Amino acid sequence: MKTLARYLSLYAAMWRNSVTREMSFKLNFVLWIVVELLWFALQLVFMSVLYSHTDSIAGWSKWEVVMLVGCANFIQQLFTAFFLTNLTDISEHIRTGKLDFMLLLPVNTRFLVSLRKVDLGSYINSACALAVMAYAAWRLDFTPTAVQAAGFAVMALAGLTVHYSLMFLLVTTSFWTVRAQGVVYGYYNLFNIARLPDSAFPRGAFKAFFTFGLPMLLVSNVPVKVLLGKLGSPWELALLAGMAGACLGVSELVWRWSLRHYTSASS
Amino acid sequence: MTKYLHVLSIGVQNTLVYRLNFLFRAAFGLVPLMGTLYVWRAIYAGKADGAQIGAYTLSGMVSYYLLVNFVDALTAVAEDDWQIAADIKDGNISQFLLKPIDYLAYRLCLYLSGRAIYTSVALVPVAVFTYFLRADFTWPTDAGTAGLFLLSVLMAGLIQFFLAYTLALLAFWVLDVSTFIFIQFAFEYLASGHLFPLDLLPAWLAQMLKLTPYPYLCWFPVSVYLGRVTGPELWTGLAIQAAWVAAGYALARHVWARGIRKYSAVGG
Repeated sequence: MKTLARYLSLYAAMWRNSVTREMSFKLNFVLWIVVELLWFALQLVFMSVLYSHTDSIAGWSKWEVVMLVGCANFIQQLFTAFFLTNLTDISEHIRTGKLDFMLLLPVNTRFLVSLRKVDLGSYINSACALAVMAYAAWRLDFTPTAVQAAGFAVMALAGLTVHYSLMFLLVTTSFWTVRAQGVVYGYYNLFNIARLPDSAFPRGAFKAFFTFGLPMLLVSNVPVKVLLGKLGSPWELALLAGMAGACLGVSELVWRWSLRHYTSASS
Repeated sequence: MTKYLHVLSIGVQNTLVYRLNFLFRAAFGLVPLMGTLYVWRAIYAGKADGAQIGAYTLSGMVSYYLLVNFVDALTAVAEDDWQIAADIKDGNISQFLLKPIDYLAYRLCLYLSGRAIYTSVALVPVAVFTYFLRADFTWPTDAGTAGLFLLSVLMAGLIQFFLAYTLALLAFWVLDVSTFIFIQFAFEYLASGHLFPLDLLPAWLAQMLKLTPYPYLCWFPVSVYLGRVTGPELWTGLAIQAAWVAAGYALARHVWARGIRKYSAVGG
């Protein structure tokens, strides 16, 4: 309990730092929100163009897919709010030797490198994504039960864990490759398929890989399916939860192993 | 002229360093493309055999996206805009003002050599991917169409370059151009037909977009390849595209001339 309180107060301090930092570039702050909202709108336009030529895609109606795109964006924005900049900075910390100082601090290093900076604009963007989901629910004439809403929250958290763990795992490779820029770009491509309905993908290597390998087809599909009561079987819940746990576990193992073999770059 | 040949060769050598990076980039880029194609297949599966959407059959649609990917590899600006903005911000352009070398021509050489290397590397995964989809991939009807397609791609590349160049020159006035670049890119992604063929939009909207240079970056060359624009429409299209190249060049020169007056060589 005491440790938890200590880490919470640490996180609060990092929050205050981030707010101060971001507010020194106000216009930039607003423009970045605009950029993200534009890309979100673009995905919605794409879907509405698709649905102007068809009524259903692999069993998903228009507003169900809007909900899916909203959910994918919600999770992606939360990921950005908490983790993204921190994870991309890790290779910089390694290259410049800053990591050495962090290793010496009396806190868990993974906590520190994962949550140091907070991306405030992304909170606003994730709220917008939730608003789009709420609008889609209204168009569907749908009100979730408390159980459905709770299921959605838990599964969205599992989805967030998957994104965080996989990206963390990928940047840990910068202990050896030094540059992680390509990794970030590569992962962004994966976000793209997370917002597509999983039933559009035929059984095969592609679907298997993005379900059991990098579970992109689960991260936002399962939360929306719980919410809308569209689940094929309750096993899908267990699958996403299990994959989230597995990804987190593997990323922790690789992180520890990498640290043990870390010999510092400079400093 | 020889000095620009040197720039070209330096550009080639510099970008060759990143060949592995390019390979990953091109291969990763295929993942969203595959996702989009699966969704289109699911849509066509819900319709009668040989059904058309916006006058595209399933094969036509698959070919469209493959060609977009191809045009993108040939023409997209990779790092050029960031580098130009950084050159201005860091004062690196001062040296170009002193030397008998034209900055626009210099950047154009770097862009061309970068694209040449990127395309030759990206061709590997793209060709493998296309091979798997060969059943749905259409070849140009004749050599003339193929030639006009390449001409159109070349002009698309020039418009793309002038656009990126002009946008990067905003660095003369603002501290951080990246948001402007991303906002522009979002519009381009939609209006150039990158996300979906513009023929799927309501006719009035597609007509309106065609008044902007965007469709000539991607949708137009691809349509030339697929034989969807023919006859007088083809020739007027090419003429309009050439006009946009000229306009882009004029704009780039004009903005540079204005910017250089404001330039104060910080740090250089």
